[in-house]
Amino acid sequence: MDNLVMKMRAHGVDFFYGKNHALKNINLNVAVNKVTAIIGPSGCGKSTFIRLLNRMNEMVPNTTLTGKIYLDCLDILSPCIDPADVRRRVGMVFQKPNPFPKNIFENISYGLEVNGIKNKQLIEERVVTSLKRSAIWEEVKDRLHDSALRLSGGQQQRLCIARCLAIQPEVLLFDEPCASLDPISTRKIEELILELKKDYTIVIVTHNMQQAARISDYTGFFLLGDMIEFDKTDKIFKAPSDSRTEDYITGRFG
Amino acid sequence: MQRHFDEDLAKLKTDILSMAALVDASILDAVEALKDLDASRARQVIASDRRIDEMELMIEEHSLSLLAQQQPMANDLRFITMAMNITTDLERMADLAVDIAQRVLEMSDKPLLKPLIDIPQLATVAQTMIKDVIEAFVNRDEALARKVILFDSQADQLRNAVQRELINDYMIKDPQTVSRAVPLLLIARHLERICDHATNIAEDVIYMVGAEVVKHHPERLQGKAEE
Repeated sequence: MDNLVMKMRAHGVDFFYGKNHALKNINLNVAVNKVTAIIGPSGCGKSTFIRLLNRMNEMVPNTTLTGKIYLDCLDILSPCIDPADVRRRVGMVFQKPNPFPKNIFENISYGLEVNGIKNKQLIEERVVTSLKRSAIWEEVKDRLHDSALRLSGGQQQRLCIARCLAIQPEVLLFDEPCASLDPISTRKIEELILELKKDYTIVIVTHNMQQAARISDYTGFFLLGDMIEFDKTDKIFKAPSDSRTEDYITGRFG
Repeated sequence: MQRHFDEDLAKLKTDILSMAALVDASILDAVEALKDLDASRARQVIASDRRIDEMELMIEEHSLSLLAQQQPMANDLRFITMAMNITTDLERMADLAVDIAQRVLEMSDKPLLKPLIDIPQLATVAQTMIKDVIEAFVNRDEALARKVILFDSQADQLRNAVQRELINDYMIKDPQTVSRAVPLLLIARHLERICDHATNIAEDVIYMVGAEVVKHHPERLQGKAEE
């Protein structure tokens, strides 16, 4: 990958839900300050894969994971690493916006307080910066104490991104962040992702191939737990190497 | 999975073939008109260009609609964008046939300067290249497309031969011949340009089939041809 610095590396990763072999020998590198998209049909293991990148998979009982995942040089699967530390450095935004049933300000400050930040001024600064960085500040600055649940879906999703940014992560994982949003809100999130990649490393799972084509630098195509192809996004969408990738992205699949 | 989109792509292909057939006929007529200095056949060539222009617009519009509606990827994307390029080249080939027809009209009231030898050969090269490149497009035949491109040097050689002969043996020796030599010189140029457009189409076919860019990279072509 053109001498890029790798922020995360998955090496020989296998994952099982009980006996179901959900991911098979995945080797995937995530380049720093790039957007890496994971595409593939439902059940291909793409969401499972990004959940491994911040150890979210450990929330699911009866699973087995083998292989290595590195964040910089850190072996994040090592038993002496606290998953909470990994999740602070690798944040996640989900398919459905999931703001806390609190006001807008508290949605962001809560995570900071949980992480032991007590300084009110620092918290306020972080809240404002995060809201600005996630391109929602202008829409909420006059109603920071309104319930977050009164925001539109697209605004809620950007608030969730702000909540993630407040913890100052290095990697952002997006699991189909626009699946429940209208086209305008989707465009806003896409613009935001392109803006955020200047400072963060981003991995996005998406069902929307045009979205992957628009915003990602690298794309991996997953099918039935295998990574079939990984390449520059431009290459994948103009001239994929594997006929299964071709069939999927041209809608001939199945 | 069967896609309705495939019917649209098939229609696009058929339309390009129909357009190519008209262009091919137009070039053939222009060359025949030249051999016989047949003014009425030359006028037919000029008149038939309108239909080809209309087809170009129709194919371009259909391609743009498909890009907008389907947001095609991979193979489909390459096919539609190359279809647009190919259509442009076909239309320019037809314009060159019109140019030849106009030269024929300019010459039709005087006897030919000399018996035509290299120009008909050049016309044959052009027609072979067109026939082959269309076949390469239809059958997605990358090897045939490469052959077409390599064939182009013959067209260049014949054009140069015509040029040398007309300038050295006629125009310089007897300036009275210039007015009858220039149209022939131009016709050789028009035919050679037709071959260049066939080459462009061949390059597009290679990209369409295997996503390899050979345009402006003759060394890639040579490498493959030697293998």
